[in-house]
Amino acid sequence: MRLDRRELAAIFAGGFVGAVARAELAQAVPYTVGSWPWATFAVNISGAFLLGYFTTRLQERLPVSAYRRPLLGTGFCGAYTTFSTMQIELLRMLDANLIGLALGYALASIAAGFGAVALATNVVRRVGVRA
Amino acid sequence: MVLGVGVVGGAGAIGRFLLDGFVGARARSKFPYGTLVVNLSGAFVLGVLVGAAVGQGAYRIAGTGLIGAFTTFSTWALESHRLGEDGELSLGFANFAVSLLAGIAAAWAGQHVGAWL
Repeated sequence: MRLDRRELAAIFAGGFVGAVARAELAQAVPYTVGSWPWATFAVNISGAFLLGYFTTRLQERLPVSAYRRPLLGTGFCGAYTTFSTMQIELLRMLDANLIGLALGYALASIAAGFGAVALATNVVRRVGVRA
Repeated sequence: MVLGVGVVGGAGAIGRFLLDGFVGARARSKFPYGTLVVNLSGAFVLGVLVGAAVGQGAYRIAGTGLIGAFTTFSTWALESHRLGEDGELSLGFANFAVSLLAGIAAAWAGQHVGAWL
């Protein structure tokens, strides 16, 4: 695989900002077992919306740019959202026998994540047609 | 602490990009195996950190910062949505289901390995 240093730098910069934003929110809204993991849920759904928006715009609306997608998509949205923390939260719910909460959290995350991508994609395409 | 989270977060994003590219190039499949491998390996490692009961500061850097940025929810959702748009709705659903169930199993296994360490 041929590595492009500027592309990696763009991913690093986006990842830096995304990880800091998520960590600050996690610090501000701490998670306790038995409650809804608002911090993770909020970053994941808003990040899915942003990735759907950026990806659709960059692929279908804007002239090809080498560094926007690595910066905004792979870097920022990728690092801002997280899969692993969600799995740990689910595991803790299951360990505490909160089966309904775990099921609700998993299904709500998937449904809202999918819906956020679909909504962002439609928003970009509609605006593009009108323009 | 903020600077540390940012630096390892940037490194985690690069690690995800490289592993995703490496797996994706070899899988040659419509199914997003790259993201799956990234997310499952990350869930396992985060499980190890939880099981080993590392301190708060270490968890913020290695867990929230590095592994949190290495794994991704947004790409998982985007790839599932795009599979659906391409007429592969069942593959999109499978992507959600497989990642979710295997992710919990990976985190569980990691937690046990971490507790044993």
